[in-house]
Amino acid sequence: MTLKETILSVENLKVKLGGVSILDIPSFCIREKEFVSLIGPNGSGKSTLLLVLNCLVRPVAGRLTYRQDDISSREATFDYRRKVSMVFQEPLLFDTTVYNNVASGLKIRGMQKDETRERVMRYLKWFNIEHLAPRSARKLSGGEAQRTSLARAFAIEPDIIFLDEPFSALDPPTRNALTEDLASILRETGITALMVTHDQTEALRMSDRIIVMHNGSIVQQGTPLDVMNNPSNEFVASFVGMDTILQGKVVKASDGVVTISVSGAEIDAVSNAKFGETVYCCIRPENVSIELVHPDDLTSARNIFLAVINDISSFGPFLKLTLDCGFPLVSYVTREAFAVLDLKEGKKVFAAFKATAVHIIPGK
Amino acid sequence: MDLILEGLIKAFQLIIALDAEVLGITWLSLKVSGVATFISVLIGISTGMIVALTRFPGKKFVVSVVNTGMGLPPVVVGLFVTIFLWRNGPLGFLDILYTPTAMIFAQAVIATPIVMGISIAALQNLPAKMRLQILSLGATRLQMVWILLREARLPLMAAVMAGFGGVISEVGASIMVGGNIKGYSRVLTTATVMETGKGNFDVAFALSIILLFLVFLVNFLFTIIQQRERPR
Repeated sequence: MTLKETILSVENLKVKLGGVSILDIPSFCIREKEFVSLIGPNGSGKSTLLLVLNCLVRPVAGRLTYRQDDISSREATFDYRRKVSMVFQEPLLFDTTVYNNVASGLKIRGMQKDETRERVMRYLKWFNIEHLAPRSARKLSGGEAQRTSLARAFAIEPDIIFLDEPFSALDPPTRNALTEDLASILRETGITALMVTHDQTEALRMSDRIIVMHNGSIVQQGTPLDVMNNPSNEFVASFVGMDTILQGKVVKASDGVVTISVSGAEIDAVSNAKFGETVYCCIRPENVSIELVHPDDLTSARNIFLAVINDISSFGPFLKLTLDCGFPLVSYVTREAFAVLDLKEGKKVFAAFKATAVHIIPGK
Repeated sequence: MDLILEGLIKAFQLIIALDAEVLGITWLSLKVSGVATFISVLIGISTGMIVALTRFPGKKFVVSVVNTGMGLPPVVVGLFVTIFLWRNGPLGFLDILYTPTAMIFAQAVIATPIVMGISIAALQNLPAKMRLQILSLGATRLQMVWILLREARLPLMAAVMAGFGGVISEVGASIMVGGNIKGYSRVLTTATVMETGKGNFDVAFALSIILLFLVFLVNFLFTIIQQRERPR
């Protein structure tokens, strides 16, 4: 992938609210045609960052640059704001028809009627809400309302679109349909997008780059695979779904393979950690397999532990097993495997995972 | 019972005959209260907007003062306006006491807090993020204000109706600052008070019916404006 031109960048950004620092970002940028997801827990400053990037919240310090232009002056801010648009968590529709809502950004810009009509119809069609054009915005379902809100933001054909958890208030089927449509529209239009979400799967599915925020700062950024597989610290690991995070000490290290002592047990991992170092071992539940007999040489897994099933809970198409191997371990099994293996709470099984499935993060 | 029946008959006679004096009184009522409402809408909605959309220390206090003002007794307003307009009062030089202008002045004082109070509530009732949404669509400040007013148009029209309703039916201040001068500053309410006092129940009855009809007519018009352009 070639590096595209930077469209928006931020330097030394600081935002305070009532004397408390809520954002502190040394530098950050968005490149042309990129889809960036901002993830992080509630209160990590994601939405505030979005408002700052849209020039709706003024930072205490920092510089925003849009295509090499400083946008801090009043006029520059206004010009910039006309080139970007934002979709909020709530649809925030105006009390008029769907058509007029989608046309509102264009009316604000003083666009001619014919051109507006053509543009509005195009975006209504893209978001599959043509049939709703004359309907009152007050009489829409949640999904329809959010589609209208998206169409309104896209209709002005912005350079960058900011999306603040646009799907979080929708039920899963509606959300999935809308996510698909949004992804395809973004691909077709090539509009640069920055989306705040707390749904990691949504972020994984759609983005070119993921930025993880915590306590007002960026803790990691990279491709979805990168962030998911190589979380930079314990917080990111737990946030991206590494259910098992164990603290241990390196007791053996050679040729990129280490042995880590965790509560008396020894876990093999592929890492360049040094002897004596304190580390975190992160293991994704989908990488832990369950066997009834000791797998011995039948498997390439180097880590095999006798475990007791402490808890079984439903997790989408899987069942989530909480195991006790002397240390806690989480595993996902399919419902089919669950039935075949006749698993139940208190049953003793073998848990196996490869040395490559253990992600090592340096401890503090 | 006869009293009521006779009153009704007399009332309809007066209305159908288009009595010149009654017409004059009705027209003055409409004019005084209409102009007063117009002034109160200009002041009430604009300042209400500023109060609703800005943050400043003591905002809660200001809002509660305005809300208290919504229940301002007309006689109290009448008293103060009279004092102000009295020959050696602070505004005595205007020389408008016992004129329709003074009545407009007093009625505007009564209606402004009503319009303002309801406007503040109407604008504060809009989602807090609505302003950000409008700005993010590229609106100028003026465009934003216009869109917000459109969004709040239903309760804002209610504010106008409440303001008008408050002053057209008011009698205390009008009598005090207008003087109920025949053919000059006599309006429907002051005339009703006077005729009732004189025992002319039939005339008072006729005036009351006209007043009720007038209030209905004006509010009906406002309601049409309010409910217009509501999409399906």
